[in-house]
Amino acid sequence: MQNSYSSIPTWKYFWHRYGLLTGFGIFILALILFFYFQDSEKTIAVLAASVRHSTPLVLGALCGLMNERAGVINIGIEGQMLMAAFMGYMVNVWTGNLYIAILGGVLTGAVMGLFHAFMSVTLKLDQIIGGTVINILALGLTGYFYQTGLTTEGKFTAIPLGPLAEIPLIGPVLFDNPPITYAAIVLVFVVQFVLFRTKWGLRTRAVGEHPRAADTVGINVYFMRYANVILGGAIAGLAGAFLTLEAVGSFERNMTNGRGFIALAVMLFGKYTPLGAWGAALFFGFTTAMQTQLQFAGINVPHQFIGMIPYLTTILVLAGFVGRTRVPAADGVPYEKE
Amino acid sequence: MSAEQKATSNSGQHQERGWLYKIWQQVNIPLAAVFFALLIGAVLLVISGANPIQAYAALFDGAFGSMTALGRTLEKATPLIFSGLAVAFAFKAGLFNIGAQGQLLFGAITAAAIGFGVEGLPAYIHAPLALLGGAAAGALYGAIPGALKVYTGAHEVITTIMLNYIAINITDYLADGPWKDTSAGNIIARTPEIHETARIPAIAGIPLGFGLAILAAILVWWILSRTTLGFDIRTVGLNASAARYAGIRVGFTIILTMVLSGALAGIGGAVETQGVVGRYQPGFNAGLGFDGITIALLGKTSPFGVIPAAILVGAMRAGASNMQFTAGIAKEIVDVIQALMLFFVSADMVVRWIFRIRESGEEEKITLSSGWGHQ
Repeated sequence: MQNSYSSIPTWKYFWHRYGLLTGFGIFILALILFFYFQDSEKTIAVLAASVRHSTPLVLGALCGLMNERAGVINIGIEGQMLMAAFMGYMVNVWTGNLYIAILGGVLTGAVMGLFHAFMSVTLKLDQIIGGTVINILALGLTGYFYQTGLTTEGKFTAIPLGPLAEIPLIGPVLFDNPPITYAAIVLVFVVQFVLFRTKWGLRTRAVGEHPRAADTVGINVYFMRYANVILGGAIAGLAGAFLTLEAVGSFERNMTNGRGFIALAVMLFGKYTPLGAWGAALFFGFTTAMQTQLQFAGINVPHQFIGMIPYLTTILVLAGFVGRTRVPAADGVPYEKE
Repeated sequence: MSAEQKATSNSGQHQERGWLYKIWQQVNIPLAAVFFALLIGAVLLVISGANPIQAYAALFDGAFGSMTALGRTLEKATPLIFSGLAVAFAFKAGLFNIGAQGQLLFGAITAAAIGFGVEGLPAYIHAPLALLGGAAAGALYGAIPGALKVYTGAHEVITTIMLNYIAINITDYLADGPWKDTSAGNIIARTPEIHETARIPAIAGIPLGFGLAILAAILVWWILSRTTLGFDIRTVGLNASAARYAGIRVGFTIILTMVLSGALAGIGGAVETQGVVGRYQPGFNAGLGFDGITIALLGKTSPFGVIPAAILVGAMRAGASNMQFTAGIAKEIVDVIQALMLFFVSADMVVRWIFRIRESGEEEKITLSSGWGHQ
């Protein structure tokens, strides 16, 4: 799709396509700078918190868009994240090594992805029901096997990236983060590149748009779907690992709290592109960061109303953006080989 | 069992078989799903170092072992029938109402508010009034995702889940703020106790609410199979564009379905408040709406299938506490078994393949993913 446009690389085309986005970006930048010169400390705190809150959302959204670009709806991201959060935590308890714990979470996510692929590609289950099975199963399994009173070696702390972290404003916000947050930012660019600039990405999108045509030219539809759903699951697993290994440091029942579903709204808001999802996730992260700021500021609003903000935002985003976003044509349709 | 197996081994000729065979065709997959779920549940119990036979015995004993146990099972099953009906009813229109939980919470707290806030009414007005209030609250809350789907295209799965979280926050706020129980000594978030006139009593050990649930199932069956509305709903569920072409107001039908589905869930919450809890307390209704999903699918989205499915899940909920108490097994295993039941009943292909069950060919397949961004 993209390449057909890029044959006319004029400034007019650029303006037509990215003009609004550029204008919006400049506006946001100006706003940030304005607040930075007003109160640099608070601005940095809010922005850094936005980046960290956005991490599980952008990872979840990457999982969702890899699935849906390949034609598989995944509403089980929540469950995949929860399972991975739990296993990441348990591996941390057993080994005391945070990096092995991440691996545990990622592998758990991949296994959950395999399960989802099995249900939606092989069994051709309705994918919405398949996702619900994953969510309920994850809630049950983590609730059953979770014991209180376990101790861990703690959680990841921020690793400042040398001189980069010294840059005013950008440094403390982007280059002074714990590892999974870095990984999320890197993954955004990796997935963007893979999806739109490689053969693999072209095949993935072909399978999601018109599997019959893809099959005719020799692309293995089942394989591409399995691979993308499993890889997506691994990324959702990283999001789960973020929760127990980087954000909180321990496990709680249902600790994902709907993030897997908010991630779906993030994916949609970002128009099924990783870079777009990153922007959307930062926006959601910002609303969450503001939530904390509001509570600190002592504004006399019941905490339940502040707690509703992310969920309300999700509904508003969905209501405003569905229908305006082009969904992969074969999304949610199981492929039957002839 | 052997008679039915003989029946399956004969080929074709559905019409000439008796009603027993028809029932068997409806229950074979759910029964197999329950069996497999219990089997895998037993494996998990062994892994976690427990004795599955002892566990299941305690579970059964706590659910059916005595008259009190049986009463408790029916009591647990009552709101579950309502939430199961809510989900099953929406299914018929191709809608996946995961928001039964939120609608149920609003029903529960509204019934509580009418129950403690209104005074001096005779019981035969007060109790139905609270029940209707719960139904209305659930209906309104169900209308939101319906309208969002029709007017903006937002898929109900995400909006209803978000609305569940919002419902938890709002009801928490109400129970901890304006409607908090301010009697001496209370520090926790909960509403005052409802008046005696708003209570739904039990007659001879059987909760009256259970009878209401059965009536509701009959009503849902009647709407779906004997009215024009029911025909519209089923047509929209099977093929929305064909329905539109045939002159059915698809948007209107979707919103009305969500309203009725929400009302059912709301009554479920009201019955729980008026018949069991006696007030609204955050956390007391947790999971009732989600169980509705398993129940609706286990009951094959049929109103009369929902009743035995809800009794089964209610029995597991009632027996779980006994299992935890006598066998020392965390009651969350019941959630795992339920999720497995949900998997096996929806992955009927697996079950059919293992048991060599033929497809009956009369089933209406409903796709839920059709509205996902595509209109």
